[in-house]
Amino acid sequence: MGAALEIRNLHVSVENQPILKGVNLIVKQGEIHALMGPNGSGKSTLANTLMGHPAYEITAGQIIFDGVDLMDLETDERSRMGLFMAFQYPVVIPGVTVANFLRNAINARMKAENPDSKGIPIPAFRKLMIDKMNMLEMDTSFAGRYLNDGFSGGEKKRAEILQMAVLEPRIAIMDETDSGLDIDALRIVAEGAEKLTDSLDMGVLIITHYQRILNHIKPQFVHIMLDGQIVESGGPNLALHLEEHGYDWLREKQNGNGSVS
Amino acid sequence: MSDAEHLEGIRETYDDEYGFHDPDTYVFKARKGLDADIVGQISEMKNEPAWMRDYRLKALEIYRSKPVPTWGPDLSGLNEDDIYFFVKPADQESRSWDDVPDTIKQTFDRLGIPEAEQKFLAGAGAQYDSEMVYHQIKKELASQGVIFKSIEEGLREHEDLFKEYFGTVIPAHDNKYAALNSAVWSGGSFIYVPPGIQIEMPLQAYFRLNTASIGQFERTIIIVDEGAFLHYVEGCTAPTYTTDSLHSGVIEIVVKRGARSRYSTIQNWSDNVYNLVTQRAMVYGDATHEWVDANLGSKVTMKYPSLYLMEPGAHGEILSIAFAGRNQIQDAGGKAVHFAPNTTSQIISKSICKDGGRSSYRGLLKVYPDAANVKSTVVCDALLLDDISESDTYPYIEIENPSVTVGHEATVSKVGDDQLFYLMSRGLNEHEANAMVVNGFLEPLTKELPMEYSIEMNRLIQLQMEGSIG
Repeated sequence: MGAALEIRNLHVSVENQPILKGVNLIVKQGEIHALMGPNGSGKSTLANTLMGHPAYEITAGQIIFDGVDLMDLETDERSRMGLFMAFQYPVVIPGVTVANFLRNAINARMKAENPDSKGIPIPAFRKLMIDKMNMLEMDTSFAGRYLNDGFSGGEKKRAEILQMAVLEPRIAIMDETDSGLDIDALRIVAEGAEKLTDSLDMGVLIITHYQRILNHIKPQFVHIMLDGQIVESGGPNLALHLEEHGYDWLREKQNGNGSVS
Repeated sequence: MSDAEHLEGIRETYDDEYGFHDPDTYVFKARKGLDADIVGQISEMKNEPAWMRDYRLKALEIYRSKPVPTWGPDLSGLNEDDIYFFVKPADQESRSWDDVPDTIKQTFDRLGIPEAEQKFLAGAGAQYDSEMVYHQIKKELASQGVIFKSIEEGLREHEDLFKEYFGTVIPAHDNKYAALNSAVWSGGSFIYVPPGIQIEMPLQAYFRLNTASIGQFERTIIIVDEGAFLHYVEGCTAPTYTTDSLHSGVIEIVVKRGARSRYSTIQNWSDNVYNLVTQRAMVYGDATHEWVDANLGSKVTMKYPSLYLMEPGAHGEILSIAFAGRNQIQDAGGKAVHFAPNTTSQIISKSICKDGGRSSYRGLLKVYPDAANVKSTVVCDALLLDDISESDTYPYIEIENPSVTVGHEATVSKVGDDQLFYLMSRGLNEHEANAMVVNGFLEPLTKELPMEYSIEMNRLIQLQMEGSIG
């Protein structure tokens, strides 16, 4: 049986300002979830909290991954358990090539498991990286560039998906991976993510403003976040409904004035 | 891992790898402190000609006449009365490791010097306390007229050549510590590369301290004649003691027309060593000199490799790397002085501070009135790994010719929480993430180094960063 990421009544503050106010969500391996909501509703806070960013303080609730409470685990330990986040704003690491970075990331996992590990042999690593780059329609010269340094928006997002492909997580959070992409880049990124979902039996939480990435990756579940809570969950149709009607009907419902069909 | 554990880690490894010391094995040890008698004794034991003894005594007066510099790091903790200025390690210098006294040989074996000599080097020298115990160069180079000897042998066997250059690049009155070295110099290399000879593999000298509270004053003269090429490398380590030691070297280099030379230093003294070094290269027409200067160790380092660009077409480069950890001050940088038109220089400095260490870039770019069409670039970047470390920049620029093109950039950055979070989110632990940012920061420099030194450099940085390596 696959692992699950369970978020229970999660409350999170940033600089003593409450942002998440009781989030409940379960994402299992093999499932694709979309989390939608307007700017400032707390979507990225949720993503960063799941990954253990030190600026986000959990004031109540729990995050359980594969039966383990993540509260006491550092970011790197969460990663090595099989949790991954594709960043909304990938960070520039000057002087470190994509290839060097990926190899170190793999080796860090191997060494954490077995301190005597010598890490992945270079030929095996090269093959792995080139296979994944081909799958994502990336030019292999990419491997020699410094990580995210001077990358276009689309290149950054593709590099995130490449990292996901190489690290093979069990649960991946894609934080606004679609924002700032043109239609071709969006297709490649989305298709890449979908292939990985199938081949790795990966669970995915796609965080997005827009319906359009969902034309390429079909979620089974759609959740809507407003003001730090998931206020509505449903199937793929919910995303379409949202596209047509916006968030107002949900706000009204929140205020107790409306109803949903 | 907590900061406290992090702090503890660093010097543990240094002690295991380099911080050990041998039992005292010297054949002669002067009393502590410095005066004319000690200077005379050094000269006498080296059997020097009268002119050299007189030079030393005069330099001692110059040293006495100059105040301790106060424009840089605090040197008030350095007390010459507590220092042994001359400790002779062996009766004579050897041409074969088998002839080096056992204890000393074992130390150099442990540091990997004979092995490196076999694999990477065209010749090697090893200094232990005040004198060289070993010098050897490949036969084919010796037969081509290349001289690679201890400085004492240089004076003994090539007095005319020695006298022609000694003290001409760095005179005794250059600064207080150049004067000190001129008075008590002992050990170091004397190198001459004849015209057109290209030495493909580097020559290396390794400097080791053993005695506590010692002063080491090596003097090196390198002459690269027209069209020749030389890469000289020096490394150094010392035992960790609670008392301070002093290392004050003077390195004089002459690079003649069309020649090229590179001088690389990997300074890894223990953190009880004051490291006050003067090194300068005079570069003639169409010649090139490169300083690669990595300062990873010592308590206080003051060191600004300098380039005197004497004739048109001369080019010089300085790559400076400094690492300042707990209780360390690295005051490093470089000087480029343009005397002639159409000369070019480049200074790249990268410094890293952690655990309260301090680094300063101190540099001079000077262009004399006659030096038209000079081009110079200065880039200095500092990386801070925490909030308690500091970095400063002192770029002095004196330009007296209007046709000069100068580029100057300086940055100070801190390893950001966002960078660490990003790298850790891919499974690297905090140390690995820090080391990766640091390696990336240094990458533009380390890729300039020959492979074996770049590996050594990365290894040392890993050690400094992590305190232990798997």
